[in-house]
Amino acid sequence: MTAYEPVIGIEVHVELSTDSKMFCGCAVTFGEQPNTSICPVCLGLPGALPVPNRKAIEWITEIGLALDCEVSERSVFHRKNYFYADLPKNYQISQYDIPVCHDGHLDVTVDGFTRRIGIERAHMEEDTGKSTHLGDGGRIHSAQSTLLDFNRSGVPLVEIVSKPDIQSAAEARAYAHELRALVAELGVSDARLEEGSIRFDANVSVRPEGNDELGTKIEIKNMNSFRSLERAIDFEIRRQIQVLEAGGELLQETRHWDEGTDVTHSMRTKEGSSDYRYFTEPDLAPMVMDRAWVDEIAARIPELPAQRRARYIAAGLDASLAGVLSDSEPLLRSVFDEALAAGASPKGAANWLTGEVTAHMRRNEDSELSLTGAQLAELIALVEEGTVSSSAAKEVLEGVLTGEGDPAAVAESRDLIQISDTSALEAVVDEVLADNPDAVQSYAAGEKKAVGFLVGQVMTKTQGKADPRIVNALLGARLDR
Amino acid sequence: MSFLTDLNIVEAGELLRSGEVTAVGLLEAVFDRAHKTEAQLHAFLTLDYGGARAAAEAADDHLAAGIDQGPLQGIPVALKDNMCTRGVETTAASQILAGYQPPYDATVVTRLRDAGAVIVGKTNLDEFAMGSSTENSGYGTSFNPWDISRVPGGSSGGSAAAVAIGSAFTALGSDTGGSIRQPASLSGIVGLKPTYGTVSRYGLIAFASSLDQIGPLSKTVTDAALTLETIWGHDPLDATSYAGPYPDPASGLDLGVSGMKVGVVTELSGEGYEPEVEAAVARMIDQLAKAGAEIVELSLPTFEIALSAYYLIAPAECSANLARFDGIRYGHRAEGATTEALMARTRAEGFGPEVTRRILLGTYALSAGYYDAFYGQAQRVRAAIQEDFARAYESVDVLVSPTSPTVAFKAGDRVDDPLAMYLSDICTIPSNLSGHPAMSVPIGVDAQGLPIGFQVMAPALGESTMFRVAAEVERLAAFAAKPQLAEVVS
Repeated sequence: MTAYEPVIGIEVHVELSTDSKMFCGCAVTFGEQPNTSICPVCLGLPGALPVPNRKAIEWITEIGLALDCEVSERSVFHRKNYFYADLPKNYQISQYDIPVCHDGHLDVTVDGFTRRIGIERAHMEEDTGKSTHLGDGGRIHSAQSTLLDFNRSGVPLVEIVSKPDIQSAAEARAYAHELRALVAELGVSDARLEEGSIRFDANVSVRPEGNDELGTKIEIKNMNSFRSLERAIDFEIRRQIQVLEAGGELLQETRHWDEGTDVTHSMRTKEGSSDYRYFTEPDLAPMVMDRAWVDEIAARIPELPAQRRARYIAAGLDASLAGVLSDSEPLLRSVFDEALAAGASPKGAANWLTGEVTAHMRRNEDSELSLTGAQLAELIALVEEGTVSSSAAKEVLEGVLTGEGDPAAVAESRDLIQISDTSALEAVVDEVLADNPDAVQSYAAGEKKAVGFLVGQVMTKTQGKADPRIVNALLGARLDR
Repeated sequence: MSFLTDLNIVEAGELLRSGEVTAVGLLEAVFDRAHKTEAQLHAFLTLDYGGARAAAEAADDHLAAGIDQGPLQGIPVALKDNMCTRGVETTAASQILAGYQPPYDATVVTRLRDAGAVIVGKTNLDEFAMGSSTENSGYGTSFNPWDISRVPGGSSGGSAAAVAIGSAFTALGSDTGGSIRQPASLSGIVGLKPTYGTVSRYGLIAFASSLDQIGPLSKTVTDAALTLETIWGHDPLDATSYAGPYPDPASGLDLGVSGMKVGVVTELSGEGYEPEVEAAVARMIDQLAKAGAEIVELSLPTFEIALSAYYLIAPAECSANLARFDGIRYGHRAEGATTEALMARTRAEGFGPEVTRRILLGTYALSAGYYDAFYGQAQRVRAAIQEDFARAYESVDVLVSPTSPTVAFKAGDRVDDPLAMYLSDICTIPSNLSGHPAMSVPIGVDAQGLPIGFQVMAPALGESTMFRVAAEVERLAAFAAKPQLAEVVS
């Protein structure tokens, strides 16, 4: 049996969250009443002309630079011609041979192994309107009627095309995830999969391992989550291998991922899909990218997720915790940085922030946080030096978060300071031993677990304030005597 | 007896400001002329009595209040029906847009309204401006006031006929391959295509975006300059709009041509050119020489292949520009069991044969495997034409030629011979491909009394120079003939 290797490329469409659309002044909206953010331009009325949105060009440049792309000095819009009811002009203004950005890369980590995925290009285009097919499953073939909403028509869309460098479904998922994180970091898109503001298509082929020739490329569409992207690619790889193993031939086609049944099936081929008759958009002059402007954009690119993770790992976090913290709210990440500056241990700070603090914010549906890095560092120090127990520390945090003051003050006022005074605890320990002869006997008889019960008794008597390490030591010393 | 409709814009403006006539009076004269001639000419697709009347009254009010909005204030203007007018039917002479009322005004319309002009109506054209006779209109042919068995030229034939007969003082047309200059020539009036990008295309129903340009059709060179000054200028709604600075077209009208270098394009003569047209043009060139111009014969070899390049580029662009007419959002809609069937049937029913021919031609020219041989090659020819022009303008100030190889032809003569029809624009097309300004000025009539036009071409933004020469041509020609139909209705 032949061993096959998959060759995968991903096309990502990112809707930019500019105030206005790509070629007109209409507001970019989501979830508004249908056909309320429209004008002659984005409706393709006779005589209307496109005028490019400078902000969108700025943002695609920013995306390109963040992907280490080259920015074309001169970039050209093309018309991509095909007939479709939700494409008002029946051509899409897109780019063809000279995209705004080209030849970049994105590093992707799967199971601790990092690979560099090439970026072929990032080009600027406009989104289509939205069709809602009514009746029988919502597919166009069987629909009784179709509703058209042009609010989305003309929303700036960046298409990012990877090189066919991706080697597995898991890597495809990681690539998509990383790209989404990057775009979200730049703040140029809502980047919400569920709202369709970021969409993924995959080109999948398989070939016998070691073969340099590419197999027949199948495009798959309609993956609405990272999970479905991975599953669809997995399915497609298996399907293609099966067809080839059975001596069959693959046809170059577009297939649709069906989330319900977990299979891809062949889509009707879009009219003229093989020939979009691209030609230069005569309504738009070529864009000449001013070098100084590009440099200005480059200078304000923030720390990207990969850089941030690397920084966290260098600070001492493991990859997994670094990833979770990196994906967390910006607010939490800035508290983390402050806490480190205030001397907190990175791991402690990260655990608190991604654990208790995040849980608190979710519980209270808070978007604000009344916790400073210095307070977090103080809290961690209180635990480390034994002033409060780790369980009491959660209560201290609660107090800090609800504005009761700094951790030490909260521990004091809530009476949560741990009893670490050995002489004070000795008395309690002796009392507990005297009160519980059965447990002492069991222990002596070899039931080492009995010590746990005794510790619990000491904690109860001290309202949980006893330092469990000291209690353990004292009990051990007495019982083993 | 003289008629208000015989006045030019300058004369009418003086009478308006002296109070001897009112804008409403001018409008009534124009409508009266239209009523008497429309049955024969069919220059208009829509006459907007209500809107025009209101605009004329407003112009009179402003004049009475001492508000001067400029030379077009109170002047009746006609618009080619491929320019969008808010709430007034705009069809581009296509059945596919029957009944379509745009929700917005084209920029040129806004500029005319802001200047106090009175828009009388929308004129006939070849469907989507594709043609040279108006015979491709989806609503019937327009006819030439000089001989109503003949066409007024096209595609802006309705505008040309309306101005020639006096149903408007000035008009706007659009020129993609000669669609202003050729009908102006065949109808005995002045017409010009300004430098590409100087008049906003926003609201002009596109034929071929890289070639389309709006311009005036007027009775005199001065009227054309006044109309142009009103409509041109930078428009942020058109990304191909020229930011400035703009020349002053009227600055050289009185300067004459002494010392100027005038190039005669040798390629624009010979076979296919009517002898009387060539003779009239030659006479004018002699007159220009006598007036002090230095005449230089020049060869621009790429002009020979301009027509072929044009008939790839224009159809290619139109194939995309006209894709939006699909019956989904506006205009004519045919029934269909599927969306594709609805679109296909709508387009089959809505477009006339010439439009269909060009869409097919353009679609083919852009197809994979043919693109480079057709569209790519045509773009290279276009670049070569631009280089040819640039070389010519190193040695001359303007280039001259006939505007049309023939005078107005009989309706029906070229309908079944698209190539013969396409040749009507052989002299005008190069300036569209180069984006340069060019202008037609009437210089006389042939033995049948049909007007002959003289074309003046200039480099980009060379409108001042072009108008300077055109004004001298107008003086030298002393063209005073009147259309036959004007005599009849007088």
